[in-house]
Amino acid sequence: MAAGIVSYGVYLPRYRIRAEEIARVWGEKEDMAKNLNVFEKSVPDFDEDAVTIAVEAARNAIKRGSIDPARLGAIYAGSESHPYAVKPTGTIVGEAIGVDHELTAADFEFACKAGTAAVQACLGLVSANLIDLGLAIGTDTSQGAPGDALEYTAAAGGAAYIIGRENLAAEIEGFYSFTTDTPDFWRREGMPYPEHGGRFTGEPGYFKHVASATRGLLKKMRTIPEDYDYAVFHQPNGKFPVRVARMLGFSMDQIEPGLVVPWIGNTYSGSSLIGLAATLDVARPGERIFLASFGSGAGSDAFSIRVCDGIEDIRDRAPRVRDYIKDAVYLDYAVYAKHKGKLRL
Amino acid sequence: MSTVPRFWRHIPQRYNLVGTHCENCDEYYFPPRTICPNCRRDAKMKEYKFAGSGRVVTYTTIYNATDDFKRQTPYNLAIIELDEGPRLTGQVICSPGEIEIGMRVKPVFRILGKEGERGIIYYGTKFVPAEGPV
Amino acid sequence: MRFMRSVSIIGAGCTRFGERWDDSLRDLVVETGIRAIEDANVSGEEIDGLYVGNMSGGRFVEQEHIGALISDCAGLSRLHVPSTRVEAACASGGLALRQAVLAVASGYSDVVIAAGVEKMTDVTGGVAADALAAAADREWECFFGATFPALYAMIARLHMHRFGTTREELAAVAVKNHHHGCMNPISQYRTEITVDKVLKSPLVADPLRVLDCSPITDGAAAVVLAPTDLARKFSDSPVRILAAAQASDTLALHDRRDMTTLDASVYAARKAFDQAGLEPKDIDLAEVHDAFTIGEIVAIEDLGFVEKGEGGRATQEGLTAIGGKIPVNTSGGLKACGHPVGATGIKQAYELVLQLRGEAGERQVEGAEIGLTHNVGGCGGTALVHIMSR
Repeated sequence: MAAGIVSYGVYLPRYRIRAEEIARVWGEKEDMAKNLNVFEKSVPDFDEDAVTIAVEAARNAIKRGSIDPARLGAIYAGSESHPYAVKPTGTIVGEAIGVDHELTAADFEFACKAGTAAVQACLGLVSANLIDLGLAIGTDTSQGAPGDALEYTAAAGGAAYIIGRENLAAEIEGFYSFTTDTPDFWRREGMPYPEHGGRFTGEPGYFKHVASATRGLLKKMRTIPEDYDYAVFHQPNGKFPVRVARMLGFSMDQIEPGLVVPWIGNTYSGSSLIGLAATLDVARPGERIFLASFGSGAGSDAFSIRVCDGIEDIRDRAPRVRDYIKDAVYLDYAVYAKHKGKLRL
Repeated sequence: MSTVPRFWRHIPQRYNLVGTHCENCDEYYFPPRTICPNCRRDAKMKEYKFAGSGRVVTYTTIYNATDDFKRQTPYNLAIIELDEGPRLTGQVICSPGEIEIGMRVKPVFRILGKEGERGIIYYGTKFVPAEGPV
Repeated sequence: MRFMRSVSIIGAGCTRFGERWDDSLRDLVVETGIRAIEDANVSGEEIDGLYVGNMSGGRFVEQEHIGALISDCAGLSRLHVPSTRVEAACASGGLALRQAVLAVASGYSDVVIAAGVEKMTDVTGGVAADALAAAADREWECFFGATFPALYAMIARLHMHRFGTTREELAAVAVKNHHHGCMNPISQYRTEITVDKVLKSPLVADPLRVLDCSPITDGAAAVVLAPTDLARKFSDSPVRILAAAQASDTLALHDRRDMTTLDASVYAARKAFDQAGLEPKDIDLAEVHDAFTIGEIVAIEDLGFVEKGEGGRATQEGLTAIGGKIPVNTSGGLKACGHPVGATGIKQAYELVLQLRGEAGERQVEGAEIGLTHNVGGCGGTALVHIMSR
């Protein structure tokens, strides 16, 4: 039976820092913004973390779809910056949105694709009629070590999707995941910043997995890139998704509405889900969206999505991605460092 | 700051502004009161969830805080009158120059504090100006 | 409510207020106890009871059971004198005084000591600030980030918005009280300040600055009470207590009826004037609760000395300076004399005793016959008003 997205919500913190400001501090001579196609990224406030972002995104999803929280049977929150190593993000979100206690929950981690994995888990429970609605969240306040390349892109944001069987805003027609054990990017328990394999994160990491999942899904769905109106790929920077789209036969027009990384940076577990939300903010009923996430470690979840009539009713009932992008306050590096707790106090 | 049970007991208040409403005299209370000061034993108290929107009645910007809040200064603190009537004390997130008496605010979910590096994180409600792109 | 019998102060003593590094809480208690008892000319055997105001021995020096402690320090444990610690945050001293008055007025006790003590400097500033924050609503004010100065700052902000009270008028309170403090040997601060200096001091909680706020202080004070009928046996110049009134209000500022008025002060004052059969115009001098400069401005309005909203202007015009119509805080107030929390209410009584006896030296108010003390807990959850006469 059909299952898919009943409602969605996003949240981005207000603060931003420009790539050129980071470059200035580290004496970087190159035009980093142009190299990465990332001009600025979001920065969480002192009192924000992956949980508060998840709550705001979830509250927006509830509001947008006028959902009764008591109908939620599962909450899966995916992040690589859960504030607790032990104690789930999902239960705090549940309490904050007013769920009742007949509910299962667990937190997910799979680098940047924890959110899409949560969507798949909800799809399973919903399609099997084991729950009425499920809430899948991708949220992060990711960290880049000072002076490391990741500092230009590691950002904060989150998206929440309510998955169900009825009143769909968008149907998930199918998905295909490609997963291997590839240590391209990781963070050890207790360490504040991640490590990565430099250029190894490219071909053997991002491109191999996104391409394999994409080709796998197209084959399974018997579709070609031209069958889709939009495409959203995971956005670690502004170059990879453009390159992989071209590689796989998708056009700039298709990826443009969902390409938000130049303005908000890489929101990790939120990244492809926020890109999807930005696309849903403009897509019309009947149009089709191709989505492929990527998580280091490594894996890619690809989805074929068809927008339904229901989207028109709900779209404008909560802030859109564009509204959050516009609500920006710029910081200099010193204030940014204070915000991110990089100063050892 | 707080202790685990003391914080946990008030999660509905901190996360969702759950208070009480006396159906006898129609007065609203936040934080919740068990005894209505007007009606006392004649009260008919029911739970009530406040929407969280209201206006600033008075405010200050704190530059000097207790140890728990030291790293966050300066921050704005205000007494906010919720639309339903009761007043509460809460932080308003905006620049010191932006806040003014009469300003409308809406609730957001933020970290209120932490028990050091190893203790629990206290989440709860703060406020932001109601006007804005979002 | 009336007194069963009239009560008088037969002796008073006070330690120097300040950062008393060499002295512990116990040392301060002994120092003030000796002064008060010698001034009263009583012997240990004559003492029927002790009341002590102390806000937070537990947080400051990890000591509770202060009642037993002061009886012990005073050498009265072997006489097994009943000793009671009372607490109402910053009004603990005033509360101790009233409890002692009631004990004597009721006829239950004859000679009773009312003391107050606070030792605040054994902990860091941050811990002290947090201990003081317990005077506010911990769950619903402090948990959300309120500090004690922040609450008074919000009162100030609203007072300025509603009545046009200015920053300069707030500063005038501090300047006046420092000027008075210069003439008080026990005062923590004995230097003059200017309005300009107040306005340039660092912000604590806007609009209040460092020099708008009373300091962290160590100190103790004590008065000895006896029935007026017996007072002449001990003292040539007993001071009669005409009223001892107390009122409560909501703990949190946000629950108050009007946040520019401390209703507890208004009600306690009304009851006190009623008990004494007097009006505000009959008062020759007053010691009021200026934990923050705005506190004094609101106090002189709430006590009925000026109309609501006029407190700032009146201060700036000199109404409350020595030589003015109603001198306020001739001791230097909490701002300059210092604010060892539990001791303040008793120090206020001590100042009135000196003034009413004509022993206030440079800061003597000419012809002082009737005085008033006003002591507030938190930002107005408790208020105590006493009226005394020569």
